Amino acid sequence: MRYTLHVNGQDRSVDLDGDTPLLWVLRDALELKGTKFGCGAGLCGACTVHLDGHAVRSCQTPVSDVGKSAVTTIEGIGETAIGARLQKAWLDVDVVQCGYCQAGQIMSAAELLAQGHVPSDEAITAAMNGNICRCATYTRIRQAIKRAASPSFASAAARK
Amino acid sequence: MSAELRPKIIGARVRRVEDPRLLTGGGAFADDLGTPGALHVAFRRSDHPHARIVGIDCAAARAMPGIRAIFTGEDLDGLVKPILATSRMRNYHPTPIPVLARGKVRYVGEPVVAILGESRYLAEDALEAMEIAYEPLGDVVDPEQAALPGAPLLHEAAGSNILVSREFSRGDVDLVMAEAFVRVGGRFRFHRKTPVAMENRTYVAEYDRGRNFLTLTSSTQVPGIVRDALVALLDMPGHSVRVVAQDVGGGFGGKTSLYPEEVLVCALARKLKTNVRWTSDRLEDLISTSQAFDEIIDAELALARDGTILALAADVTGDVGAYSIYPWTAGIEPVQVVSFLPGPYRIDTYRGRVRAVATSKPPMGPYRGVGRPVSTFVIERLIDMAARRLAIDPVALRRHNFVSGDDFPYKVVTGLVWDHSSFREGLDEACRAIGYDALRSEQRRAREAGRWFGIGIASYAELTGIGSRISAAPGMPINTGTETASIRIDSTGTVTASFGITSTGQGLETTLSQVVAQTLGVRIEDVRIIQGDSSAVAHSTGSYASRSTVLAGGAATLAARAVREKVLRAAAHILEAPLEDLDAADGAIFVVGTDRSITFRDLARAVYSEMGRLPKDTREELEATKVYDPYFGTTSSATHIVTLDIDPETYKIRLHRYLVGEDCGRVVNPLIVEGQVHGGVAQGIGAALHEEVVFDASGQILTASLADYTIPAAGDIPPIEVVHIEAEAPSTIGGYRGMGEGGTIGAPAAIANAISDALAPLGIEITELPVTPERLFQLVRQAQAKAAKEQGSS
Repeated sequence: MRYTLHVNGQDRSVDLDGDTPLLWVLRDALELKGTKFGCGAGLCGACTVHLDGHAVRSCQTPVSDVGKSAVTTIEGIGETAIGARLQKAWLDVDVVQCGYCQAGQIMSAAELLAQGHVPSDEAITAAMNGNICRCATYTRIRQAIKRAASPSFASAAARK
Repeated sequence: MSAELRPKIIGARVRRVEDPRLLTGGGAFADDLGTPGALHVAFRRSDHPHARIVGIDCAAARAMPGIRAIFTGEDLDGLVKPILATSRMRNYHPTPIPVLARGKVRYVGEPVVAILGESRYLAEDALEAMEIAYEPLGDVVDPEQAALPGAPLLHEAAGSNILVSREFSRGDVDLVMAEAFVRVGGRFRFHRKTPVAMENRTYVAEYDRGRNFLTLTSSTQVPGIVRDALVALLDMPGHSVRVVAQDVGGGFGGKTSLYPEEVLVCALARKLKTNVRWTSDRLEDLISTSQAFDEIIDAELALARDGTILALAADVTGDVGAYSIYPWTAGIEPVQVVSFLPGPYRIDTYRGRVRAVATSKPPMGPYRGVGRPVSTFVIERLIDMAARRLAIDPVALRRHNFVSGDDFPYKVVTGLVWDHSSFREGLDEACRAIGYDALRSEQRRAREAGRWFGIGIASYAELTGIGSRISAAPGMPINTGTETASIRIDSTGTVTASFGITSTGQGLETTLSQVVAQTLGVRIEDVRIIQGDSSAVAHSTGSYASRSTVLAGGAATLAARAVREKVLRAAAHILEAPLEDLDAADGAIFVVGTDRSITFRDLARAVYSEMGRLPKDTREELEATKVYDPYFGTTSSATHIVTLDIDPETYKIRLHRYLVGEDCGRVVNPLIVEGQVHGGVAQGIGAALHEEVVFDASGQILTASLADYTIPAAGDIPPIEVVHIEAEAPSTIGGYRGMGEGGTIGAPAAIANAISDALAPLGIEITELPVTPERLFQLVRQAQAKAAKEQGSS
């Protein structure tokens, strides 16, 4: 079956079974290796991408369900203002250890920040609790989200 | 600028050089490697814990679309030898690990058949079409039962399920125990864990048929160990085998061992003269990656009336799973438990016995902390139990018994040697930083209000950066005591520093860049680190045992010093200045106190390209290779303090504050060190409260998904405060001590002590981890029933 996907602002055509998970479409057919396989069961969050700005588990999303939705991956999120702020905040507070889960973390955080205000600790926990990090960078993820969400950081990042 | 005023790179909060690529999807993890035309392996694994293989019928699977080859254990004869972890340990029975099971299976998850398909989907489909007939053999599940004479044997050739037994002893323990003022003890249980790196194990073997050259890209922590092993198992020349670990998505010990799947893709790539690859799925990870801890410890501590420890006795049974893992052996985990059980305390009279018992479970291997999370749990619980009995504050009891001052270097009964480390200072500083006395007042108020509020302390010592005098695992035939650095300034003036050591997320590219840049006198951006490549240096093992900064940092320092001397000699000619007047920093060599200088770039051009500028016989290659051997290693130590509340309705445990006061020597990058502490503590919290690999009575694994084996998530981890203590510098080059594992060593004990402290009014002592709400509920119910009965009878 032929599908045309709108990925990171480009139309990409693939010929695959409709039940192929979006994760493997991205990784194998489109060579976008930044989205990671962690569990294949929607339990770890490593494969998180956006469909029309909403964080979804790409391992649980059959390609036939994507339709005309805009797919955004870690390779494309930096092109958005929120994505760029998050990536910078992540660098500033040195979140990353092994980095394997961080694409998924950034994608989940980007959906949270799109709500447009500085999230509370409870809101961060609720939004991020499905993204497992075995290096346990959670404390700094929290810091980085707050940093990226703060109005002063946003305007400083915009000036750059 | 004088040397004192120059910005220091070592010790600075330098941002990690790895992060830009890892935050934009530009990392290169093993599964990201493109290999067009590669064959994909799917494994048919044993669904029996212990059974004879009666027959394997591959005919239907062979006929499935896209299946290119199928291999059973017998088909590998002549292609690859079984893996064998040898050791000079006495009373040790090595167990050959077949790459695919031969004759019988020994745990659920053991690879039995390898199917090679044009895609992983096709290979997986064919798994279903395969018929394997098994005849069940006797259960070998409970380690104490398995150790009894007459128990069914997993390895008939070993003659026993007890693969290792050992005893350390000094003094008349029984006599001292009998005469002591107070004795505390009990049976302690630390249940089985699994590392769960987010990146599943992945092996990609590329075979260059023209040059007979094998490249394995592996998600390994130990490319050097894997290379050397492959050469022996495949009988290939070492120059034709290269093992590369690029970005590795976490290891935590689970990627320090050689795996059958890793050997298999290499053997089949060579046999089929093509590329062969395999990526574990999460189910396979949870049932076939090495598992951890899993010990039963009967321990007793004797003390005098003033709190002085008089004697310690312990019997440890380690459940080591189905095979003695390569290269570490079945001794790696349980022998460490008895070795480290005396902790940071002066204990002259000690008897520690240990048995490593084979059972039909995935093999036990190293996991963050190795043995010491368990030994620390036991000794720190004993200390707190003794403090309660003697009515001495647990801080005072620790201080009183610590090895301190003139005791250093202190030789533990088990042969370990503690060099000077801040045991007391770490405890004092942690208590000061967290406000220990105020916490006790808070606790009194909380108790009056009916809350179960506890304060837990754990102190420990660990041996890190161990050199050639001591092996990372007892009696191993491989050298874990040295690392090599090779540093080169090329003709453009940039620096390449090559190591065999491997970063699995701890930021070694940054740490080593800092060491090389400062020692040479260049900027961090002038340095490129090559690591995780067996072909980079002549010998290396990899990253484990909190050794990388100590050993690779030491080797980098030695090599950078040697290159710097060559640079300065060349500069002395060019700048026409005496050698002793020269210094280098920020990418230039200058004559101190003048404006005369030359950049590294211009100097490299003068040495390599502009042939008239240096006399011929003074030209030297600007490179050096050095090996560093810390010989003994060095002691890292810490005290953890945690406060928590137990919800009397749900038995959920809420952690409030967590503070670590630690001595890891000179800190190269505080950002990285603190991140490592956070991660280690979080894994210790998981071990204390959440994580347990569960088997049923026949050996079937019941925790084979991340819904059943739950690791800490964002909401489970409190803020973690870290206080660094840099007291007396150790004798390692650069003054570094290892610190990657410590967080996991202290946390289970600290939390167990805090829970026991919270429930002290009920007389509950925690002796089993993890403390799940169910276990806690049962403990409280039993304690309340006991109290009611005593009240009734009085």
